[in-house]
Amino acid sequence: MAFKFSHGTIERNLILLGVLTLITVSIGGLAQVVPLFTVESTIERVEGTRPYSPLELMGREIYVREGCYTCHSQMIRPFRDEAERYGHYSLAAESMYDRPFQWGSKRTGPDLARVGGRYSDDWHAQHLRSPRAVVPESVMPPYAFLDRPLDYRRVGASMATLRALGVPYTDEMIRNADADLRAQANPEADGAGLASRYARARQGVFDGNSAEVTEMDAVVAFLQMLGTLVQFRDVTPEQLRQQ
Amino acid sequence: MPTKIEKDAISGQNTTGHEWDGLKELNTPLPRWWLYTFYACILFALVWMVMYPSIPIRGLTGVTGYIAREAGTAELAEARTRAEPMMARLRAATPAQIAADPELRAYAIAGGRVAFANNCAACHGAGGQGATGGYPTLADDDWLWGGTLADIRTTITHGIRNQDDDEARTSVMPRFLGDGMLNRAQIQDVAQHVLGLSGLATDQAAAARGATVFAENCVSCHGEQGEGNQELGAPRLSDRIWLNGPDVRTIEAFISNPRLGVMPAFGQRLDGATINMLAVYVHSLGGGR
Repeated sequence: MAFKFSHGTIERNLILLGVLTLITVSIGGLAQVVPLFTVESTIERVEGTRPYSPLELMGREIYVREGCYTCHSQMIRPFRDEAERYGHYSLAAESMYDRPFQWGSKRTGPDLARVGGRYSDDWHAQHLRSPRAVVPESVMPPYAFLDRPLDYRRVGASMATLRALGVPYTDEMIRNADADLRAQANPEADGAGLASRYARARQGVFDGNSAEVTEMDAVVAFLQMLGTLVQFRDVTPEQLRQQ
Repeated sequence: MPTKIEKDAISGQNTTGHEWDGLKELNTPLPRWWLYTFYACILFALVWMVMYPSIPIRGLTGVTGYIAREAGTAELAEARTRAEPMMARLRAATPAQIAADPELRAYAIAGGRVAFANNCAACHGAGGQGATGGYPTLADDDWLWGGTLADIRTTITHGIRNQDDDEARTSVMPRFLGDGMLNRAQIQDVAQHVLGLSGLATDQAAAARGATVFAENCVSCHGEQGEGNQELGAPRLSDRIWLNGPDVRTIEAFISNPRLGVMPAFGQRLDGATINMLAVYVHSLGGGR
């Protein structure tokens, strides 16, 4: 039977329309799903990555809440100009515990994937409160309201949720969430537990006010750890290869 | 069901055969140019799939063998290799030697400007003008930790009061109110005295009372006349240059609970050649010793 391909033929035949629709949708679906099967070989075998400490996690939630990602990417692409400005290109391993990731797709401000340690805590707090006080040419809005107390009652619940999504938080981490959070925001506190659970987590009075733990503390703690976990001096090209 | 397909007299197009209360729908085909562009896009995608890695199966990297990460890494390595002869000279020389050699100096100023914009400008300003709130001006000749090329190099390499570098420059100013060393009245007096060192006191009587407090608490670091001490990063107080602003409330607040400046150790982030270029550049901003 001669089959003339035309919209008319398809539109008049319900089964044919159904089958062809299914095939089309499947191709789109596969294009999204199949790459996930290769995620094991996509993540580089570098050392140093870990889940966020409770204070950093709260900072990250505020970062998401305030929509920082609409202006700041966290994705250094493998081009020379980006490497010269921001450092080594971002690894999949560096955002393997991000739910959701904050790669972003637009840079009104600079990329923040390796902003950690680049400036002092004080600078970050002052810059968030009033960006133009330190960077006159900045167009960033002020976030002075972050100096309010941090509500961290649900930090343990957040960690449990992330664990359900595959982030390897242990029972011990979740049990000590509140204590670790307070210890990180107070350099006088005993940080042994924090350091044993979260390698390289730095204690500090991130907002310059030691009286209480504020949202500013959390955001600055988060910003100051970005991109600092993987020690690129020790990374071999072998480890960076995606299988 | 639509049955009657007819030719529309005005447009010359066939109708679809649908009719709603006398309204008929034209069956206008897609413009040719649009349709062919669409087909061309599909063709382009197929060619792209063959040329570049697009199917997540090991070994299927596309006929060009192009991998963005490797290409970027190679491009960076190539640029580094090209710059290396000059960078090696900049790395081996001291900042003073660089400043004395016109060729090296020209390179260092150009490279230092770029590195400064990327690493230093956020705190110290695009032109080294500094910012109120503890970010010193680098374009003047008033230095906290010394303004010679070697001093500047040390400061950039190790930073100030950071936790990452054991050789970071460090000093502590007591929290005179927070630690209970002075009371509020004494702090108000000594703040007036500090303003008086550069002739800005607004209350001469308080300034006179503050002289004793100053002599007992401040001179060991800031000097008898407030001339400062660059060994300790203790600012000169007698020059009308202020880190945090000249108003009396700011000075009182600082004496009560100082917020001391912190600078990262750039030796851990930047190449030795880049640090030398930065030292020469910062020194050239206007106030190098």
